[in-house]
Amino acid sequence: MADYILEMKQITKQFPNVKALDNVNLQVERGEIHALVGENGAGKSTLMNVLSGIYPYGTYTGDIVYNGKVCKFNNIHDSEKLGIVIIHQELALIPELTIAENMFLGNERKNIFGKIDWDKTYDDAQKQMERVGLKEKSSVLIKDIGTGKQQLVEIAKALSKNVKLLILDEPTSSLNEEDSKMLLDMLLDFKKEGLTSIIITHKLNEVAYCADRITVLRDGSTIETMDNPDHNIDEERIIKGMVGRELTNRFPAREHNVSDEVMFEARDWTVYHPVYTEKCVDNKVSFKVHKGEIVGFSGLQGAGRTELAMSLFGRSYGSHISGKEFIKGKEVHLRNAHDAIKHGLAYATEDRKVNGLVLSDSIAWNTTMARMDKVSSSGIINVPAENKAAQEYVEAMRTKATSVQQPVSTLSGGNMQKVLLSKWMFAEPDILILDEPTRGIDVGAKYEIYGIMNDMVAQGKAVIMISSELPELLGMCDRIYVMNEGEMVAEFRAEEATQEKIMSAILQSGKKKEAAE
Amino acid sequence: MNGINVKALLKKYTMVIALVVVFIFFTILTGGRLIVAQNVSNLLLQNAYVLVMACGMLLCILTGGNVDLSIGSTLCLSGALAAKLMQSGASAPVAICASLCVGAVIGCWQGFLIGYVHIPPFICTLAGMFLFRGLARVILDSRTISIQNQGFLNLFTSYIQIPGLDENRHCVSALIIGIAVAVLITLISLARRARQIKKGYDVGSSKAAIAKIVVIDALIIIYASKLMQYKGIPVMLLWILAVVLIFAFITSSTVFGRYFYAVGGNEKATKLSGIDPRKVYFWAYFLMSLLASLSGLLMGARIGSVDGAMGTSYEMDAIASCFIGGASAYGGSGTVPGIMIGAILLGVINQGMSIYGLSDSWQYVVKGAVLLTAVVFDVVSNHKTGKS
Repeated sequence: MADYILEMKQITKQFPNVKALDNVNLQVERGEIHALVGENGAGKSTLMNVLSGIYPYGTYTGDIVYNGKVCKFNNIHDSEKLGIVIIHQELALIPELTIAENMFLGNERKNIFGKIDWDKTYDDAQKQMERVGLKEKSSVLIKDIGTGKQQLVEIAKALSKNVKLLILDEPTSSLNEEDSKMLLDMLLDFKKEGLTSIIITHKLNEVAYCADRITVLRDGSTIETMDNPDHNIDEERIIKGMVGRELTNRFPAREHNVSDEVMFEARDWTVYHPVYTEKCVDNKVSFKVHKGEIVGFSGLQGAGRTELAMSLFGRSYGSHISGKEFIKGKEVHLRNAHDAIKHGLAYATEDRKVNGLVLSDSIAWNTTMARMDKVSSSGIINVPAENKAAQEYVEAMRTKATSVQQPVSTLSGGNMQKVLLSKWMFAEPDILILDEPTRGIDVGAKYEIYGIMNDMVAQGKAVIMISSELPELLGMCDRIYVMNEGEMVAEFRAEEATQEKIMSAILQSGKKKEAAE
Repeated sequence: MNGINVKALLKKYTMVIALVVVFIFFTILTGGRLIVAQNVSNLLLQNAYVLVMACGMLLCILTGGNVDLSIGSTLCLSGALAAKLMQSGASAPVAICASLCVGAVIGCWQGFLIGYVHIPPFICTLAGMFLFRGLARVILDSRTISIQNQGFLNLFTSYIQIPGLDENRHCVSALIIGIAVAVLITLISLARRARQIKKGYDVGSSKAAIAKIVVIDALIIIYASKLMQYKGIPVMLLWILAVVLIFAFITSSTVFGRYFYAVGGNEKATKLSGIDPRKVYFWAYFLMSLLASLSGLLMGARIGSVDGAMGTSYEMDAIASCFIGGASAYGGSGTVPGIMIGAILLGVINQGMSIYGLSDSWQYVVKGAVLLTAVVFDVVSNHKTGKS
């Protein structure tokens, strides 16, 4: 008989219009790393919200058995008291407070009079930070450290609460490969110390790497639980469980039809940070994209890829920008995003919620936003035409929505991404820059988005794809540029590129830089 | 299915229902005096400034819950200038143009500071509130100036009466125009519906559509018959209607109007979609000030004089109307018809209480309670449907 730290039995959670969880069972053994996988909307987050008490006892049916006792959590405090801590995908840190203040928020280190003991706060925080290998001062503000480090702060915060069962929702979605691996290795270390973790992730290589057992959810039901004792489970095997069918190929086939015509070119593009204006984020970057070509941009976090793309897109980022950009061989001076769109350039942001969509507005409004002139005449909107256009894109992209009037905020991540792509397809660009187009979305939706990209290049457009996932760059691109610390360090044709070559190009450039300094 | 429909209907028309309930309540409380022709006619005229300025305030609020605190003072400045000019012999058109120009200049000034210099709207307009109030008092020299110019008064406060056809107590023209408008609305609605059906667009049930038209027609005709019994159609009503219809059209049907919703919903995404948020802020505050100066003329004409206290706390009425009428305190949502309901609700409460004879102090208490209830209701009901 296995020793289960947690058993969730027959959990059913009903929302007004939809049954999010239907008799879900989950058993987690003490001291294991348990992966929870499934497509977007499969019910993973709902299940974890039930577990942590965000959906209080009574709003669902079924039992949570933790350490052999049935638990009735009314809120997140109840579950935290028993050592169940959840770290959400969107980090819950306050940018303007220090690491230590964040770490003990709601759990302050106080003396007997209730005054906060700052010395103890900073000292304790430093100790927790050592455990997660975070080399910063605990008095640094959260906003001054990167996303990877912020993730570590969250984990340190969980550790400070005496965590027994740690739940991580998409912990690596905004981390690059190196940081992701560090984080997973840390979880493996904690496992040795006896910590149990549940990890929700879309990155199947990570699941194979660190999980001992894997539970698959699909459409609110448990499909199966797989063992992964040797950490070498076949990713295709997991995918099969998730989508209920075998995806024969994770990347749709495409005829490579790259023409010689150069669609877009940047020469010696240099960009400085908008606030710290002496800091150079992109230094003399030059690259080309041909008609009918998908070009990948690889690099670690902070390589300057997003900054490059946004500054090229009508100077939407940075200061003291210099260099030349050419569209179809002609030099252009794009002063703002409007100019860029007019010249046939589009940029689909990496952060669809913050920079991409107006969440409170409908699918229709979002779709036409960048090119209102297409559905209006002399400034007056033709609403039926707008709805029709949006409907066409919903159908073409197979966006799951009840109508084009549905607010974007109610869509799942994958469907939001499709609306974002619709918006930029509707703008009819010649050159489309996609920044992390598949971040945080499931395998099925990824495949569809790859298909859309293929359609675009088949129509003679040029696509620039920025991604932190090397497999998808290798699977989709004709050519791959590698950037590191604001410089272009290598260029590979698809046939010759491998993960190893790309990583070593990055590492070597880093070393060279160090040597030079 | 039917149960859900009723629920959705209730939710959609909550404020309309609230308005009806409040109206009936005060009608009973005042023993029917609220629906005497003169009071019905005065209801909108009394609140002309709220109706007009709420339209501009909606634009400001749409951009992200920002408000304009200076409009009460702008209104006073505009009225003061017009009164002063006419007192010193200027003609009505000159005075009107000068006042509107001042409104436009104030709008440019605040729009520029807020949009392009990124001064927080609250602070910028708070400063404006002191500044323009002070300037108005300087112009008035701390005195009350009465407006004698008959042309000016006629332009804003007269009633449409066709000689031979109309008398003070029996203005048939009002009823005729009311019926004509009702017929026109019916025809346009039906024609649009037929066109949409022909093109294969999704239209609602025909029963609901007809019911809606019938209710609107009935209200217009009843209103017109009340106007008929009291002097006829007031010219000020036409001014109000012009502003309200223009702004309803801008916000619902133009690209320009859509920008306000987009900026309030997500400014960063809007900017990356090729829309300049700075311009959007500029126009919101520009139009707001322009409407405030127009309101100054309307109120000046209605009261017949201008003093240094005119328009005090009017900005709060406009803001309250918007929030009662369903505009989001975080920006990005709200409609002109919605805020008109909010403004009229406030107006009915005001007038009902005045007729009933409730003291000024208690009127404030009631207004505050209504505003709070409306916003709490809005937040709670959104929270329940998971919109947050």
